Amino acid sequence: MTTFDILAQQLVNGLVLGSFYALVALGYTMIFGVIKLLNFAHGDVYMIGGFVGFAVLSLVGGLVGTGWGGIALSMFVSMIAVGFLGVVIERIAYHPMLAAPRLSILITALAVSLVLQNSVLALTGGEFTAFRTNLGFGGIALGGVFITYNQMVLVGMAAILMLALETFVTRTQYGRAMRAVSIDKDMCRLMGIDVTKIIAVTFLIGSALAAAAGTMAGAYYGSIWYFMGFLIGLKAFTAAVIGGIGSIPGAMAGGLILGLLEAFGTQIPFIGSEWKDVFSFSILILVLVFKPTGLFGKSEVERM
Amino acid sequence: MSGAQKMLLNLSDVRLSFAGNTVLDHVSFGVAGGSIASLIGPNGAGKTSLFNCITGFYRPQSGSITLGGEELLRRKPHRVTQMGIARTFQNLRLFREMSVLENVMAGQHCRTRAGAISAVLRLPSQQREEREIRKASEECLDFVGILDEADRIATTLAYGHQRRVEIARALATQPKLLLLDEPAAGLNAGEKATLIDLIRRIRDERGVAVLLIEHDMGLVMKVSERISVLDHGAMISEGRPDEIRADPKVIEAYLGQDEAEELL
Repeated sequence: MTTFDILAQQLVNGLVLGSFYALVALGYTMIFGVIKLLNFAHGDVYMIGGFVGFAVLSLVGGLVGTGWGGIALSMFVSMIAVGFLGVVIERIAYHPMLAAPRLSILITALAVSLVLQNSVLALTGGEFTAFRTNLGFGGIALGGVFITYNQMVLVGMAAILMLALETFVTRTQYGRAMRAVSIDKDMCRLMGIDVTKIIAVTFLIGSALAAAAGTMAGAYYGSIWYFMGFLIGLKAFTAAVIGGIGSIPGAMAGGLILGLLEAFGTQIPFIGSEWKDVFSFSILILVLVFKPTGLFGKSEVERM
Repeated sequence: MSGAQKMLLNLSDVRLSFAGNTVLDHVSFGVAGGSIASLIGPNGAGKTSLFNCITGFYRPQSGSITLGGEELLRRKPHRVTQMGIARTFQNLRLFREMSVLENVMAGQHCRTRAGAISAVLRLPSQQREEREIRKASEECLDFVGILDEADRIATTLAYGHQRRVEIARALATQPKLLLLDEPAAGLNAGEKATLIDLIRRIRDERGVAVLLIEHDMGLVMKVSERISVLDHGAMISEGRPDEIRADPKVIEAYLGQDEAEELL
């Protein structure tokens, strides 16, 4: 393999990784937009999404198979179920805290994270669960670069979801209301917008996107466990910060950029793949120090 | 109060206090359907607080506020808007980063039927409604005379035009009553003349009653059919502009204030 081939291969790997990051980062950034909360439980919602997707696939796999068709169906069911879980979490844990100081709701988010993680820990005993699928290893070779069909489907599905979200946000009344709520809640109330409902819709969509990523990641990597949301939660947070937290295009771009940087980072001499997390979080620190508003961020810096 | 006219908005005996400080002291007051009325008073008289009570942001301790006979009190602000009251602010509060047209389209949220689910799925009914909303919003912008700026980011507009976006956005909620909080603040003489014309057209062409808080007495006297005067949280006078101008209680309340000269 030539150096070019290696880099091109990393481009493909980075896109796959970046798609996961972007889907999770979107929920992070949307929720931050409407209630200014860094939802540290969001990675765990992704994890739950993986488990629900797995459970659905186990149930229906016999009927529809465990190929991409079955996975897409499981993903869809998981998105709906986990979307509503997100609404319930907001209603029970965050809604009563909206008027409280910002730190209280942040701590609540950490508590929600622990509850979700430990619930799954209790159910699974902390073991890895094999996410059995019937995905082939086929693909196409472009020069020295090999792209699997799985990678293509995965990036394609992520792209469709992001495109759908973009359309929703810019072309529908609800999407417009969501942006308006993130700008000025009181003004929204005066426009007759039910702010509580818009916040619920935001949690629904954000959690559903995380669930989609969780199911796809489970199927792609072949296993799931209770702690799988922790690291991706932090990575998605990093991605959202890179893009400018609160910005939807920013989260998409930030996710892809982080995925690509990590993939290419493994090729830097002396920084092997075992250092990739150090690499990512160094980027987070650099962004926070030098450009805290991120790529697409607004000039106002929000205190936590 | 002219009892013969049917009142659209009715406040009776509204009392509001914060931590023992009385802000509104048993205020009773009404706005007739299809009329233009003003609420005046020295700074700190409680005018904006009164608006906040009407729109559901403040909860008065006692009293009643009705719109067309329906009680507004203890309803959430978005419900009050749905019932037909829209409002603008003293300081501009447009949705930054959104285009002028999007600002006005957001104003129609409460008049839309498509739910969140059909919006996510982009059903044909939702897309049709989206087109209707766009059309109605463009009509509102045309009405206030800034349709050609529809696609600009709201906050990049000239100040006077941003004020008109606010009015267009409020009109988009299809109100029966429009509350304008100091709509002339910061406008030059030419823009004020346009505003007077616009306020009259809102009433004449759209049948929307207008209640304004305004410090520019020239504008108030010119445009209002009825004027109510609030001082230290109490309604001290109510009547036609010529009656208000001659009322000694009003003149006294304004003594020492800059507006007194304009009033006299």
